[in-house]
Amino acid sequence: MLPRFWRKIKYRYDIVGTVCETCGSKYYPPRNFCPICRRKSKMKEVNFGDKGEVVSYTVVHDTPEEYRMMKPYIVALIKLDGGPTITSQVVCDESEIHIGMRVKKAFRKYFEDGEDGIIYYGTKFVPES
Amino acid sequence: MSSVGIVSYGTYIPKFRIKAEEIAKVWGEDADSIKSGLGVLQKSVPDLDEDTATISVEASREAIKRAKIDPKKIGAIFVGSESHPYAVKPTATIVGDAIGCGNFFHAADYEFACKAGTAGIQTCIAMVKSGMIEYGLAIGADTSQSAPGDPLEYSASAGGTAFIIGKSPIAEVEATLSFTSDTPDFWRREGQPYPSHGGRFTGTPAYFRHVYTAGEKIMRENGYKPEDFDYAVFHQPNGKFPVRVARMLGFRSEQIEQGLVVRKVGNTYSGSSVLGFSAILDVAKPGDKILLVSFGSGAGSDAFIFDITDRIEEFEREPKVWDKINRGVEVDYSVYLKLRRKIKMK
Ligand SMILES: [Zn+2]
Repeated sequence: MLPRFWRKIKYRYDIVGTVCETCGSKYYPPRNFCPICRRKSKMKEVNFGDKGEVVSYTVVHDTPEEYRMMKPYIVALIKLDGGPTITSQVVCDESEIHIGMRVKKAFRKYFEDGEDGIIYYGTKFVPES
Repeated sequence: MSSVGIVSYGTYIPKFRIKAEEIAKVWGEDADSIKSGLGVLQKSVPDLDEDTATISVEASREAIKRAKIDPKKIGAIFVGSESHPYAVKPTATIVGDAIGCGNFFHAADYEFACKAGTAGIQTCIAMVKSGMIEYGLAIGADTSQSAPGDPLEYSASAGGTAFIIGKSPIAEVEATLSFTSDTPDFWRREGQPYPSHGGRFTGTPAYFRHVYTAGEKIMRENGYKPEDFDYAVFHQPNGKFPVRVARMLGFRSEQIEQGLVVRKVGNTYSGSSVLGFSAILDVAKPGDKILLVSFGSGAGSDAFIFDITDRIEEFEREPKVWDKINRGVEVDYSVYLKLRRKIKMK
């Protein structure tokens, strides 16, 4: 858990993905290799920006133990203004969320590994205004 | 040498608010006498997934965006707080990775009750002046806890401010000094969830002695009188102390009104005086002179004289601190207990 998360800190803390300079495809989470261009892929790291739009969402009532306090929480597909569509939690009231809602990134806690464990942080989204 | 000071600033205030009436109702107290006695009408409350690290990152990101600088030019990060998420493991490293400033930067967490944020500003000023770094990031942020039923519950709130210190500033540091003594007015022992305080002892020998002495000395040493300042801002543990110390020093209420954020947001601890200062920067004009005096229990005060430069005119200052304060969402006491994790779970 810990090493796997640590390696991905850069991509979790900010929306850093990759773009293939050969065909322009954008990837988040980042890929080292473009499945379209294969051997001709030329990958470059990019930050996909702060904002996007909700294209679909679900309200999760049946939560894993570590998210019990957050119940219910919202997971959405967000089309980033900078390109790719990503899956992320949106922190807002159940009555607020809707398709087409403008959202911006927010640095938040994901979960805590108990009272004496590591605190995992990363990117979530909140309403833009 | 070109002038050094604040190149940019950013703030973050969690969206939830709880009103004094709501807390008073639970503990059978008279809300009106609390509000007039303490001078705090409501306070900010962090969400379950917010802490000093997340607040620090959000405030820093706003400061970097407004500065329009490459974060890799930031050579030092200091996070001042009395509520660092870990007892051992720095908050500054989390901030560094989240803002993408690379790995070649100096980092440390500061602790000095409510003045750890201004201590970081002083360190950054010295590092920029000496040529060690080009830019430094000094943060004051807290999500302070208070025991249920304690008078502190009406004021202990959450929020933070981040300053980028460097050359060609929007607010030049004309002078700074500190006044420090061993005064046990407020403390929290390792492993204890809530702080303890010396009751009435927190006033005269602690807050008033340190803030007054630092404020009086910095004005006298630099040849200024209260009327030479456009604004003054002092640490705000409640709505009363900063008003009284301002009067003791000879300031008029018009000079402190803009920075008096505590009434609507509570005491944001390490973020307190600097949040008020940020509200002043939001409206300051070139040529304005500002006095800032922080206070940290234990005890000490850092005093600063800032001069606003022409650069503030093209500097992005939206959204303003007062807009963020007024935009809150109210919660009741039971939701507050859950958000602050005061309910013991199995
Ligand atoms: Zn490709």
